[in-house]
Amino acid sequence: MKKVNYRNLSSFLSFLLLAMLLTFSNSVLAQEEAAANDTTATASSEAAPADGAGGDVAAGESLFKANCAACHKLDRKSTGPALRGVADKYDRDWLYEWIKDSQAMIKSGDPQAVKLFEEYNNSVMTAFPQLSNTDIDNILAYTSQPKPEPTVAQVPDGGESTGSGDGVSNNIVLGALALVFLLLVVMLFLVTNTLKKIAAANGVDYPEKEPRTPIWKAFVQNQFLVLVTSVFLLLTAGYFMYGYMMQIGVDQGYAPVQPIHFSHKIHAGDNQVDCNFCHSSARKSKTSGIPSLNVCMNCHKNIAEVAPETATEEYSKEFYDAEIQKLYEAVGWDVDEQAYTGEEKPVKWVRIHNLPDFAYFNHSQHVTVAGIACQECHGPVEEFEIMKQHSPLTMGWCINCHRDTNVRMEGNEYYEKIHEELAKKYGVEKVTAAQMGGLECGKCHY
Amino acid sequence: MASNKKYWKSVEELNENSSVVKTLQENEFVEEIPTDDFLGNKETLEASSTTRRDFLKYVGFTTAAASLAACEGPVVKSIPYVVAPDEIVPGVANFYATTIADGFDFANVLVKTREGRPIKIERNDLSKYGDGVNARVHASVLSLYDSNRLTAPMVNGEEVSWSDFDASMAQKMNEMGGKDIVLLTQTFASPSTSKLIKEFTSKYPNVRHVVYDTVSSSEALDAFQSKYGSRALADYDFSKAEVIVSVGADFLGDWQGGGYDGGYAKGRVPKNGKMSRHVQFESNMSLSGANADKRVPVTPSQQLQILKALTGGSASGLPDNIADAVSKAKAQLNKAGSKGVLVTGLPNVAAQKMVLDFNESKGSVVMDTAKPKMTRKGNTAEVMRVLNGVVSGSVKGLITVGVDPVYSFPNNEAFKEAYQKLDMSLAFSIKEDATASLAQMVAATPHYLESWGDVQMKKGNFSLMQPTIRPLFNTRQFQDCLLKWTGNTKNYYDYIKETWTSSVLAGGSWNQALHDGFVESSAEVSMEDATADEANMTLESSTNNGALATSAQNGSGYELTLYTKTALGDGQQANNPWLQEMPDPITRTSWDNYLTISAADAKELGVENENVANGALNGGYVNVKMDGVVVNKVPVLVQPGQAKGSVGLAFGYGKTAAIQEEMQTGVNAFPLYKDFSSVQNVTLEKVGGVHEFACVQLHNTMMGRDIIRETSLEIFNTKDVEEWNAVPKVSKDHQEIPVTSPDADLWEDFDRSIGHHFNLSIDLNACTGCGACVIACHAENNVPVVGKSEVRRSRDMHWLRIDRYYSAEESLEVDQDKKEGFSGLFGDNGSLGGFGELEDPSANPQVAFQPVMCQHCNHAPCETVCPVAATSHGRQGQNHMAYNRCVGTRYCANNCPYKVRRFNWFLYNENDEFDYHMNNDLGRMVLNPDVVVRSRGVMEKCSMCIQKTQKTILDAKRDGRPVKDVEFQTACSAACGNGAMVFGDINDHDSEVYKEKKDKRMYHLLEYVGTEPNVFYKTKIRNTEEV
Repeated sequence: MKKVNYRNLSSFLSFLLLAMLLTFSNSVLAQEEAAANDTTATASSEAAPADGAGGDVAAGESLFKANCAACHKLDRKSTGPALRGVADKYDRDWLYEWIKDSQAMIKSGDPQAVKLFEEYNNSVMTAFPQLSNTDIDNILAYTSQPKPEPTVAQVPDGGESTGSGDGVSNNIVLGALALVFLLLVVMLFLVTNTLKKIAAANGVDYPEKEPRTPIWKAFVQNQFLVLVTSVFLLLTAGYFMYGYMMQIGVDQGYAPVQPIHFSHKIHAGDNQVDCNFCHSSARKSKTSGIPSLNVCMNCHKNIAEVAPETATEEYSKEFYDAEIQKLYEAVGWDVDEQAYTGEEKPVKWVRIHNLPDFAYFNHSQHVTVAGIACQECHGPVEEFEIMKQHSPLTMGWCINCHRDTNVRMEGNEYYEKIHEELAKKYGVEKVTAAQMGGLECGKCHY
Repeated sequence: MASNKKYWKSVEELNENSSVVKTLQENEFVEEIPTDDFLGNKETLEASSTTRRDFLKYVGFTTAAASLAACEGPVVKSIPYVVAPDEIVPGVANFYATTIADGFDFANVLVKTREGRPIKIERNDLSKYGDGVNARVHASVLSLYDSNRLTAPMVNGEEVSWSDFDASMAQKMNEMGGKDIVLLTQTFASPSTSKLIKEFTSKYPNVRHVVYDTVSSSEALDAFQSKYGSRALADYDFSKAEVIVSVGADFLGDWQGGGYDGGYAKGRVPKNGKMSRHVQFESNMSLSGANADKRVPVTPSQQLQILKALTGGSASGLPDNIADAVSKAKAQLNKAGSKGVLVTGLPNVAAQKMVLDFNESKGSVVMDTAKPKMTRKGNTAEVMRVLNGVVSGSVKGLITVGVDPVYSFPNNEAFKEAYQKLDMSLAFSIKEDATASLAQMVAATPHYLESWGDVQMKKGNFSLMQPTIRPLFNTRQFQDCLLKWTGNTKNYYDYIKETWTSSVLAGGSWNQALHDGFVESSAEVSMEDATADEANMTLESSTNNGALATSAQNGSGYELTLYTKTALGDGQQANNPWLQEMPDPITRTSWDNYLTISAADAKELGVENENVANGALNGGYVNVKMDGVVVNKVPVLVQPGQAKGSVGLAFGYGKTAAIQEEMQTGVNAFPLYKDFSSVQNVTLEKVGGVHEFACVQLHNTMMGRDIIRETSLEIFNTKDVEEWNAVPKVSKDHQEIPVTSPDADLWEDFDRSIGHHFNLSIDLNACTGCGACVIACHAENNVPVVGKSEVRRSRDMHWLRIDRYYSAEESLEVDQDKKEGFSGLFGDNGSLGGFGELEDPSANPQVAFQPVMCQHCNHAPCETVCPVAATSHGRQGQNHMAYNRCVGTRYCANNCPYKVRRFNWFLYNENDEFDYHMNNDLGRMVLNPDVVVRSRGVMEKCSMCIQKTQKTILDAKRDGRPVKDVEFQTACSAACGNGAMVFGDINDHDSEVYKEKKDKRMYHLLEYVGTEPNVFYKTKIRNTEEV
């Protein structure tokens, strides 16, 4: 198991280096960035006038995203066919009719319609009678846009993005201070040397020192001091040993490499997918459940690649797309055929939160009954690119929370009688989990 | 040395020229130690590539590696489903209703599954006929994970695919065209299977179907058939009975399929001052005899006379005391009229007929002949003909389904030989048992938890069997095979569904029936009756009277009654370690069968039982002989209450095929099952040797202490509660105060008025000692199996035991009076001799059962002595045990007055020394994931199923509702079909357990110790009223 106890040290060093780097590179970068912004601006302004032919591209784009994107992609087959250039393939009137009510066309026996319907596994396309012909024109205008050349070098390179914030400026100051001190020491050393040389040259004599008992001998001779020091040393050693022992088996910060690089940041953070959407069993079971792959496929049937904006300098778009491909491979999804092949390769995730067997923990008790947010124990998961164990998961940590947390009794009929009796007996409105018996051994150990 | 006497250590030393002695004198070791091979030769040493420094390097490296490896935690993998089934939520149990029908046990059950694995059997509370859920049914879930199961079909010893198997079967059936083939099956009681077999036999007319019950009820079936026309067994509802007289019928055991204890227990609980009266005439001490108000030990030959006397004949020829008991029983039966019932277990058609006639003439409301039980069908005469046909060679082919005739036929040696010479032998079996291992073709069948099926256990009560797990191995059901072989393309599921929608359901919902597991229907479904053999039903001179006709009074003759033990039954689950380790309710002995014999007969034979130094029980051996058949080295157990001149021996043991070595226990009693009659005349011959029993209870009596309180119905009705159920008193300031008074208390009390406070009530009147709770507790709490030698060392791990006590005198009460009357050490009332007398159970003792588990004392002695506070108290009344905190001092066990704490002397899981289910991947699938598996060196005990109470509470919290009374259950209370165990929250004053606690029969075990347990018992009441 990878221990990451000293990660602060390495990051501190890297920050120092970074600080050095930054002091010299800031101004240059700012210029580059400005130039890049310029080019994108011109690119989009060039694209705008090119599509005037059949409709408003911007309106078409928003319509497309609202109505069509669930089943159609521009350049890739999805539930329905890829739509780029669809206006050139079919007659415009036919398209109007098809989009407004494809089923009616199929029923009426239009050969082209029937052929298309059969080609796509008889999946019924939603009828859109609400779309006017202009709307459709707009959409078609959007779909008729030429495929944009993949823009390169949009993202500036260099490690600047992580180096912002208070920590860095502090580190810069500290680093500079350290440098100054170092220089001071060197200067002092040089000064004394020079002074000694000058003194020697001027013939100034120092009186010879009396040979004294060396300090270590004096120390050894002083038994009291030896005793006190050894007691002190033993205690210190004991203290640190205890600290070291206590962290054995505590895997706080454990972030193993997973078979598929799943980013909670993208899912729970950027896209704000609710935790319980995937970890649905947390509401009713003791385990939160690693989602089965069919849950992933609810969305990823349609999301085969990440948006270019998702990529960071650490993980490129290609990297993320490859990870999605791993999912397809595991679940046996053929992207071209849009069908399951039946060849499944279960994913062997590395378990991060390993509660020992003798401790019983139930997610639903905490999530559903107590209404505790996932982040209370798991940390800001929506910011984790790589999932890790946030809390120590030690018994002391559990107990502390049980001591501090009030039981959520309102609106739960189970607690009604208990609450009434408590209020009558002790005149208290709120009780902590500990007072309800949440510290008893047998509540978690059986 | 003062004497010149020569001492010798072995006989060999006396031989002067012995080379062995000489070598031994000269050499330290008998064989030379081959040191020269690696040290003597300098060249080899030098040529060796491993130098001293290398060696040190290796040592250093391995030490470093080992310590490094110890520092790192393991990487745990979690593998979710690729496509999760809708109904499975990891961590949440699913329940399915299904039915067990293995030919011996039939019952509606609920199966608890976790992540798709069946882990526990529960009673199906919806079913009115759920009483058959006995210890074996509870344990059957472990038999699913038996590592000795057949994994694929076999032809001539080679594993083949099913299509190959079908091909060779078709070829074989063609070859066998016209030759006599017998299809020998267990009782299925299945409408669909009957129909299928008919289709099969009409396709192959040379196949005839014979039903074979390993333990036969043929005589009762014959009698019923001749009287009522259909081949079935009368059903009895003992809850309606006021007087029950049983002549040799162990109806609380496996008599006629069993499952009567629930109704019986209902009638045994005094209600409005009334309870049933039960008189038992029997030879072996059975569960029924142990529960009877009056038990008369009689030999089987006397039983026939008694039955005749009861039904109108004379009692002449019987000893006076027995004749007296018979006349009293007769008077009571007469008085009870239609509320009386007479039952018998004699293997005699005439006797069975007499009973039916008698109950019919009284208009008994207890007996139900309109809706009889269908769980036994076998006809011994027909089975005999098959046996003889195979031996003589007239039967050319034999297909066996769910039965093991090579093991269980009476003259199995001759049959075994003939069986191997058959033209065709095909065995449908779940294991490679004695028959399957000799068969040419073996069809691997699935366990009932992997199968579809339907059962008509009782006329009009149809049950469904559904799979709860995908078949673990490459198995196929017998019925699916028949469908294939009759050219039907349907699978058995569709076939059942078709049968049901066309006849059983009568418009009802299939899904509802599948959900409930059964349906009540008035539909008449034609079930194949094993052809009634009218010729063989001459009642008066039935051929299978066996020992009944002639009493065995001549010389060394004994009347043997063959019976089935509660744990193993007919032996189908002999490879089930739970059942092997389950102590027999009567003898409290596990891992064995034995010849039960009366103390007087044992003395005559010179066979002894003795307790050895470590407290274990040892016994002698006898050979059991019966015209030509000899069963060698049968261990003998002295059984109080065994009728003199009779002996008993249990079926189901002595299996050797497809059984793990540890579980090849006991002797096979089937060779003595001549003519399939359970009563035989045998002679015994003492042989040398000492048998080691694994008996968990050495003290047979209570020595007059009121561990089990009991009184008679008369006293219960008339006397003040102080007289028969007094709260013990202690002295404080020279004043007697009740022990329950706060003044007598040393402790500060918890405040338990808020929230739940769990109590368990155990009604000693309703408990029959059946042991279902013991196995349920094993399954729920991952209790390990420790094996015979550990049980002998009193290291059994049962969290729940059922103590059985005998009385030394007439009754347990007389014992108490005697003890109270002791004065001084010597003399007639001296305690010195008196206690010795109280220690020995009498020849016909009264018996009482008492389930004992952790009493969850409010003032627990164990808690105060734990140096690490590993055991502590919860405010819900449970005594908690934190295993991970325990350091194994065992102070708690020493300080526990109830001796319910169990210590893990060894690691019982993943340890080859304890090669039971926890030592293989398959067997571990049965473990309950909510309960931790304990390791070596920690103490464990009953937790009052805290995992279950916590789950119930959580479910209620999640739904936002108060807990309903019936929801709180422990594994034992849920398993108890007798209503003896009631569990619940006494802070809920509407609850059942609160009412029980307020009952005047309530008492605590060893109440005077002041432990204030949360388990309480209810005084046993015996109906001693004679007419």
